[in-house]
Amino acid sequence: MGCIDEMNYEILLPNSSFKECADFIKKKFREIHYVPAGFRIFGIYLIGVSPIPIAVDGDDVILPYIKPCHGSFVLRIPGKEEAVRLRAGENK
Amino acid sequence: MKALLLMGCPELPVQTAAALYIANKLNLEDFEVTAAGNKAAISLLLNSDPEKHYVKKVMDLDRCIGALAEKKMELDLCFVFIHSDTGISYLATVKSLSKAKTVAVIFGKEIEPLIEASGDSIIIAANAVHNPTPLRAKIEGVKSWAALTR
Repeated sequence: MGCIDEMNYEILLPNSSFKECADFIKKKFREIHYVPAGFRIFGIYLIGVSPIPIAVDGDDVILPYIKPCHGSFVLRIPGKEEAVRLRAGENK
Repeated sequence: MKALLLMGCPELPVQTAAALYIANKLNLEDFEVTAAGNKAAISLLLNSDPEKHYVKKVMDLDRCIGALAEKKMELDLCFVFIHSDTGISYLATVKSLSKAKTVAVIFGKEIEPLIEASGDSIIIAANAVHNPTPLRAKIEGVKSWAALTR
């Protein structure tokens, strides 16, 4: 099981609703990939309402991340391998 | 039959009480009950039920979602405890990963938007923060949980 806390992430949008996070990603980024809830990326399983938008910006991945006591966040995480995987259409 | 209690942040006191109350009902119908939550939610549950009379098995929330995603966990019924938008996201995730019948247990001060967002799940909802009685009354309204899985 992966742990986001151990990654070099940047918070782009803090403490929001899931919908606000999804809308933020779709509005702010051009390259969007849609994945189902439970999709595994960076060793974690994404929580949310399918289809979940994930953006790829260069070698960074931008995704909605939920913590039960803190709400939903949009995170930017460096991840060339995951970006390549999303671009290859491995989004099931 | 297997039932899962998927608990959210335990900031509202009624969650633990409702979880144990539902677990008791499920035990009476011979369900195998597992509870999943973060450390705080599980700690509250285990401190309230130290000999595991009501909840036989507990697991970490992230591991539970992983087990559902990897199809290592079969369920008949899943209760998702919801008092915020986060709970709705967990409900949607369970519905995406499992064929189990879902029950949205909604509580807190502003329950209407959460009820609307719960879609086709069975809904148990009451304005409840500290006092579990209104929620318990709704739970009592269901005569058989096993019947819902058929």
